[in-house]
Amino acid sequence: MAFRLGVDVGGTFTDILLINEATGETHRYKTASTPEDQSIGVLHGIEQACRAAGVPTSEVTEVLHGTTVATNAILEHKGARVGLVTTKGFRQVLQIARSFVPGGLAGWIIWPKPEPLADLEDTVEVNERVTTSGEVRIELDDDDVRTQLRKLRKRGIEALSISLINSFANGSHEARIAELAAEELPGVPVSVSSVVLPELREYERTITTVANAYVQGQVSRYVGNLEDKLTAAGIEGHLSILRSDGGLVSGRVAADNPVSLLLSGPAGGVTGAVWAAEQAGFKNLLTFDMGGTSTDVALVQDLTPRIGRETTVGDLTVRATSVDVRTVGAGGGSIAHVPQLTGALRVGPQSAGAVPGPASYAKGGTEPTVTDANVVLGFLPSQLAGGEIGLDVEAAGTAVKTIAEAIGLDGVESAAEGIIDIVNENIYGALKLVSTQQGFDPRDFALVAFGGAGPLHANALGKLTGAWPVIIPPSPGVLCAYGDATTSLRDESARTLVRRFSELDDAQVRGVLEDLAATAKESLLAAGLAEEDLTVTYSADLRYHGQGFEIPIPVDLRTFRDSGDDGGLTALRASFDTEHERLFAFLLDNEHELVTARATVSGPRPQVASVTLDAGPADPLPALRSTHSIFVGGEHHEASIYDRHLLKAGNVITGPAVVAEMDSTTLVLPGHAATVHHHGSLLIRPIENDAAATTSED
Amino acid sequence: MAQLIETATSELTAVDVDVVTLDLIENALRSARYEMDETLFRTALSPGIREQHDEFPLIADPEGKMIVGQFGLSIPDFLANFSGTIEEGDVLMTSDPYSCGAAISHANDWLVVMPIFFEGRIVGWASQFGHMTDVGGKTPASMPTDARTIFEEGVIIPPFKLYRKGERDDTALGIILNQVRKPDWNRADLNGIVAACRTASRRVQEMCVRFGVDTYTSALNALLDRNYRAMKALLALVFEEGKPLSFTDYIDDDGRGYGPYELTMTITRTGDKVLIDLTGSAPQAQGPINYYINENLIRMFFGIYMITVADPQILWNDGFYPLVDVEIPENSFWKPAYPAALNGRNHGIGRLFDLFGGLLGQANPDLLNAAGFSSSPHFMYSGNYSEGERKGEWFQLYSIGFGGIPGRPVGDGPDGHSLWPSFVNIPCEYLESYYPLIIDRWETIPDSGGAGLHRGGNGVDVAYRFLEAGTIAIHDDRWLTYPWGVKGGEPGARGTKWIDRADGTRVVLASKVHDVAVGTDDVLHFVTWGGGGWGDPLARDPELVCKEVRRGLVTRAGARTYGVVCDDDGDLDAAATSSLRASMREGREEPLPLFNRGDSMENLLANSLAETGLPAPTPPLAV
Repeated sequence: MAFRLGVDVGGTFTDILLINEATGETHRYKTASTPEDQSIGVLHGIEQACRAAGVPTSEVTEVLHGTTVATNAILEHKGARVGLVTTKGFRQVLQIARSFVPGGLAGWIIWPKPEPLADLEDTVEVNERVTTSGEVRIELDDDDVRTQLRKLRKRGIEALSISLINSFANGSHEARIAELAAEELPGVPVSVSSVVLPELREYERTITTVANAYVQGQVSRYVGNLEDKLTAAGIEGHLSILRSDGGLVSGRVAADNPVSLLLSGPAGGVTGAVWAAEQAGFKNLLTFDMGGTSTDVALVQDLTPRIGRETTVGDLTVRATSVDVRTVGAGGGSIAHVPQLTGALRVGPQSAGAVPGPASYAKGGTEPTVTDANVVLGFLPSQLAGGEIGLDVEAAGTAVKTIAEAIGLDGVESAAEGIIDIVNENIYGALKLVSTQQGFDPRDFALVAFGGAGPLHANALGKLTGAWPVIIPPSPGVLCAYGDATTSLRDESARTLVRRFSELDDAQVRGVLEDLAATAKESLLAAGLAEEDLTVTYSADLRYHGQGFEIPIPVDLRTFRDSGDDGGLTALRASFDTEHERLFAFLLDNEHELVTARATVSGPRPQVASVTLDAGPADPLPALRSTHSIFVGGEHHEASIYDRHLLKAGNVITGPAVVAEMDSTTLVLPGHAATVHHHGSLLIRPIENDAAATTSED
Repeated sequence: MAQLIETATSELTAVDVDVVTLDLIENALRSARYEMDETLFRTALSPGIREQHDEFPLIADPEGKMIVGQFGLSIPDFLANFSGTIEEGDVLMTSDPYSCGAAISHANDWLVVMPIFFEGRIVGWASQFGHMTDVGGKTPASMPTDARTIFEEGVIIPPFKLYRKGERDDTALGIILNQVRKPDWNRADLNGIVAACRTASRRVQEMCVRFGVDTYTSALNALLDRNYRAMKALLALVFEEGKPLSFTDYIDDDGRGYGPYELTMTITRTGDKVLIDLTGSAPQAQGPINYYINENLIRMFFGIYMITVADPQILWNDGFYPLVDVEIPENSFWKPAYPAALNGRNHGIGRLFDLFGGLLGQANPDLLNAAGFSSSPHFMYSGNYSEGERKGEWFQLYSIGFGGIPGRPVGDGPDGHSLWPSFVNIPCEYLESYYPLIIDRWETIPDSGGAGLHRGGNGVDVAYRFLEAGTIAIHDDRWLTYPWGVKGGEPGARGTKWIDRADGTRVVLASKVHDVAVGTDDVLHFVTWGGGGWGDPLARDPELVCKEVRRGLVTRAGARTYGVVCDDDGDLDAAATSSLRASMREGREEPLPLFNRGDSMENLLANSLAETGLPAPTPPLAV
């Protein structure tokens, strides 16, 4: 038997998911994360999961892993001391940081002055210059470079980044500096901007390269440790890491380009959501992953997550391809408050975190949180917390009461409903960023909710977005690990061209794309995949000449023929106009311009069988555990409470109802019903729409 | 007064809106406003809007009161000055400050105003204006620094219907675009502005569907009221009843050699209300620096300081306007008589914020920052390619520079950053890709930020090397007066501009020039101001001062302003530092001044030529 092992390391828990490739049978294991060296917790979890499942570790053929090591290094400011080499005259590129100050007109008054990721003390400049078309204007001087690198050696830098002006057009000076660095700074890892991000815009390229250098040491050490520990434990399975764009790469490749891992964790959630929704027969999805402090949302079209070219972690934004995940500070721990001056009800972005946590966790927290509001409303019955955490209903009520008093509401339940409405609205705002703001109508999508808190808020967000059905996947708390285990190896290669269409022809574009594909295939072939199993897709970032933003457009290479009719460029032009019209409702007469060409190569999708539930009747009575009073829409309702593990395919749960399982709780609102799909998902729809909507199911 | 044509005439019913629904609508409006920005950034062609974000969106209630927006325009003043009907499908536009009650303040800003209809009635307004790089006239970028009348400033578009019941008036648009140097930019940017307003319109209509039109419009009133109440409390907290607070600052010159222009503001609270009085400010200028502003915009700017600091999450709006009276003298710098030139009013906007800062800071230490809103310095470069595949093609650049953020109660001012929200610089690689120039240097200038417990941000030196002959223009100020320091902090350095000619000579440029010829390999140094310092420099951590020496943000000599002595490597000499500090403390007058303007105006004028390379301006003439 062969097993795939998905591993997701969160701030508090490490989730392990062991999947039998043949049967789809899964074993889950949750263990405490070990932040000082995550590989300890991972290995412990793997061993425990295998033992519990009675599976010898030697039968684990693949270890698939979403990691937050890179993310945490950024968030906790614990990366390497990075040296930076710039072109003379541009030493302060990170200090100036495009001159941007966030916030409104008076925002500068309260904005803290940020410290650059590479300290100015550790930044040197070299005398050289290339032009924007790649010609060398001032030659690089080896002696000057050595002098500057020795300064950095003296400063004790732990990683080196090199980012010269216009290196996207000609990286030879950067490459030479890297060679000299190998002599002057032996053993210090080097990140080169023309390799990490060969794209125009010096600040964005530099910060991305520095971020890469900043996290590289930790990622590299972590991957090395983990590989060693896996080998020592007799696990011969191949280790792959999930990148921010949702593709898997080998551990080595990940360690070489760690800036592409910053959203590895959330990407696992989205790929997991895709997998679960596909099992349930849906292809176009909005996803939301709600945890303790924040919610990540994304949009999936035809089972493919929308990809963005920027990655944001905390205050840091870099140019790195990632699943277009937007994060909003709305989680179970988000604190509700009422500023005295305006009397408005605000929820978040401050969070009670794990310590002291919501008031109802009775760990010292007293401020009212979203979780406390859910407790007050009866959505989280205390006896159903899975035994891990007893919920203090009284403490929740006391905390929420402070809000009721501050906004002058009679009942504590009304205040709790207000808190839930506000936090749902904040999540809705994030969902609009990826849907309506990108020209997509949310009603054309299904909504997949996961994370510890997602299923509680899912039905309400279905009402706000009109995205039906709302899908609650099986094991919503460990969906990231599912995503890690069910996606494919992937790599990509890109080149910035910035050429107007009149300066291009089909043969030239075809040549560029084929070169890119060959480059992108290298790592997958090195990982042992066969050439014939690889799938290549192409895209190009286009704009009207003169615009500052590009729109990514899929490219069909077959339309780029050698016949000289430039049918490929013509087709590309038409696709761009269609997309521009969809997004902005107008077209321009300006010439089209190709900014960046990109090839993405994917390995075969792993064949993982899914769970299949036994069929049951519509009536879910055998799974009914008890009833409980909940407060919805200004009144009390008696809700049925079900045990999710006892549900059968075809059961229909009519709201108001609460479905409980180990790590999550699903709320079905009055007027809605959840159907149990035979692959385990709950599909929630408004009752009047039920008949019409079931046609999209398989 | 505009005549509004609505097919639904029944009165809307005022309903109670619960606090939660109110917050939902507030949030939805906030995201709609950012969606407007995003739509325009992504579609605009001119670097000024596309890369730099020189644009301002707004969503208003049925009466035109701003519910959410940026700053800088007023729909009621626009409507009061529009004669004609407005009905569903109409989109109005103007660029004439004199025909819209100063809803906009110079002819480069193209303003679009769109009624939002729902079921036959107006439920709001969407509006946005953007700075067009060129609107024609006698000089590229349409901002002649010597203009005396608005007729020299390009095409002046009176309020008209760009769309009439959904149909665009292509004849009028064609006539307008025929006046400008880069019609494709103006066309795309204008398209983007209309698209952004349509987006806002859709979002408002969706809210009317979702909540009901009565609830939606009642919520707007409640949001306005929320601001009213917040401001009422704030005014009572900040301003002592009956005690006038006053502050004066200056625009150094008017582009025609006259200056400085004195700008004075006085605020007095009486009961619930305050009076903002600009009496005492200079009469209108000869040159184009006049900042034609209406009372509502003064209210809006005032509110930003007050409310943002109190509850940063609040959507501030026009609701507090009844609490603020404004007095602006006629024929003054702030209210010049038609047809005075207006193009260089950016200095006035900047200085208005320094006035508010200096004035409110006297009352409330949380708001007292040093000076830094010195200007929004513009740089223009244009010409024709002389060779290569673009031979003969016209190029034209308009960009905004940034300087030092002032020292603040919360800490140091960032170096070389923007005081304007959402503005960013145009990347070097972008400029070099699209214009015949090379940037030799783009760095902040050590010691240009005023010394203080919290240092002012450094100004920036951008050295542009021109690769084609052409002309340049510059709009800046604070070359004569200093960005003042506060609470013992030193002033920041002044801005300066010069050209190192290819032949080795150096020419110092006035801060406001246009049509200056440049040749291949001439290098322009565009040096912006530093922010003023905050608090006593001798109280700053000496190790931090040394660290900044090592970082190249402060020089060894500059460190001595903080009483700090360090060696060439930037290592602290603690003993020398404490003795230097002791002797500096001994030699100075205490208490330290609340404001430090560097020197008296008399001395600044007397030393002008020696210190700045530019002759002192001549006292302003009455126009």
